[in-house]
Amino acid sequence: MAVLVAVGAVAVAVAMVVGAMVGPAGPAWWRVPLALLDRLPWVSVDSGLTARQWDVVWMIRAPRVVLAALVGATLSLAGASYQGVFRNPLVDPYLLGAAAGAGLGATVVFAVGRSSTSAWPVDPLPLAAFVGALVAVAATYVVGAAFGGARSGASLVLAGVAVTSFATAIQAFILQRNSDVVRQVYSWILGRLSTATWGDVRLVLPYVVASTLAMLLHRRLLDVLRVGEDEAAALGADVRRIRLVVVLAATLGTAAVVAVSGLIAFVGIIVPHAVRLAVGPSYRRVLPVSLLAGAAFLVLADVPSRVLADPAETPIGVVTAFLGAPFFLALLRAREVRQ
Amino acid sequence: MTTLGFCDLGVRYGGTEAVRGFNDLLHAGEWLCLIGPNGAGKSSVLRAAAGLVRYSGSVAVDQVEIPAASPRWRSRRIAYVPQSPVMPADMRVGEYVLLGRNPWVGHFSRESAADRAAVRGVIEALELGALAGRRVGDLSGGERQRMVVARALAQEAPVLLLDEPTSALDVGHQQHALELVDRLRRERGLTVVSAMHDLTLAGLYADRLVLMHQGVRVAAGTASEVLVPEVLAEFYGASVRVHTDPDGTVVVVPVRPRSGTVPG
Repeated sequence: MAVLVAVGAVAVAVAMVVGAMVGPAGPAWWRVPLALLDRLPWVSVDSGLTARQWDVVWMIRAPRVVLAALVGATLSLAGASYQGVFRNPLVDPYLLGAAAGAGLGATVVFAVGRSSTSAWPVDPLPLAAFVGALVAVAATYVVGAAFGGARSGASLVLAGVAVTSFATAIQAFILQRNSDVVRQVYSWILGRLSTATWGDVRLVLPYVVASTLAMLLHRRLLDVLRVGEDEAAALGADVRRIRLVVVLAATLGTAAVVAVSGLIAFVGIIVPHAVRLAVGPSYRRVLPVSLLAGAAFLVLADVPSRVLADPAETPIGVVTAFLGAPFFLALLRAREVRQ
Repeated sequence: MTTLGFCDLGVRYGGTEAVRGFNDLLHAGEWLCLIGPNGAGKSSVLRAAAGLVRYSGSVAVDQVEIPAASPRWRSRRIAYVPQSPVMPADMRVGEYVLLGRNPWVGHFSRESAADRAAVRGVIEALELGALAGRRVGDLSGGERQRMVVARALAQEAPVLLLDEPTSALDVGHQQHALELVDRLRRERGLTVVSAMHDLTLAGLYADRLVLMHQGVRVAAGTASEVLVPEVLAEFYGASVRVHTDPDGTVVVVPVRPRSGTVPG
């Protein structure tokens, strides 16, 4: 286990350095690691970077790389946690309406007009996406608990489907009325890290840390849940409390990262599954390794999104889905062969 | 050694009453077998005692009523083996048995060395050592049954509930499984409640039988007291012949109804 975490941590570090090396309008790629080394205490290396080049690395690329790591880690961990708590391998962090809620919140802000809100003391876009995601998941929980059995996760999933279509319908209605913002909404939905700042990192960090800790603490209990809700209860697990806390934590983290990065698809499904293939199905390993693998994956996926259509950006959601869809099919096929 | 008491137990699913006014007191180390036709409420009694359904009345372990809101308290005293346990195919046998330690492990901590030692002991006692590293999905039916019993024993609860423990097994494995439960009961002083369909096996292993019908207990006693053709005809709607072997074993054999119609 310690070895797995060490390998994962090294992978994240390497991915982040690679992420900081690539991009338009910067120094030669090989100078970046030298400059980063130079910043370490007690190390002095002449990287030959100008002050302006260092600004490109530190003010533009570094926050983007750090944000990608946080977003990837949170989405993967939340995906793995949702899959554990609902005992369903095809579930992702957007399942209970977080994506649709965030999308609706963002759409409302775009429709009201970015210009009319530009004077606000805080940017309403991440706030609206965050609140939209939380409200949607809360609605799912209330509806699911009201109509389903207290212990059944299935009714919650169905309620999530209903809330998602409801929010999507309202979003479609608003877009119909405000067709001038369709393009902006569309590009938000596909996900973006291109505008990342240290401010974004500071904004999401508390949520990411809190939700990550809460999810990791439940990794043993998620293994207990693998034998089903009834048997887990007979083994002394408080199934409802575990589900509530894990869903709350996963939703909080997801809502926070969605607010700054848009809806980045597939990370929450493909990373936990790839991790399962590598380290086995126990959540004690799947959760921490997903966290690290997700961070490394999204940092690396962000590299082609910067350079593929240079100087334009390819939305990162397109890159992850482009890699994710074939992987997903291969995974389904492998499952079929095994059964 | 631990007693298990049911006082005016009632279980409802929506509008239907599955169990009504069920009373019993098992003395320590006793094996009680619930029998009765499908839907008689046998499983519901077990599920109530395991805390899986809401119930009225009370279930008491050593005369202490089980607090409704503490699954952990209950799981330290009562281990439950369901009729068809969920067996994640890709879990390892050792990991599966380790789940039985959950009642004793702090919510957010890991199993201690003592927990792992307890699991090793159970695995050895049930001769699962060679299988501990195997995937659950690769085991045979009999091996799975032993694994599930091993998880229940790892709980170190003095009361063991078994819902149809042998219905999926062939006659040899049925015998092995029940002999195993009986041996463990004697060695560890377990108090056992099982629900069973095979009346001969029920009579062979249990100290006492309770016959349930439509949620109510209608007969109780030893095998020779409960397993009589008139009673079985009335409540099962079955035609049976009952032999008592010289050693006292009561054997229930189905027979073709003479008139071509089933009585009851």
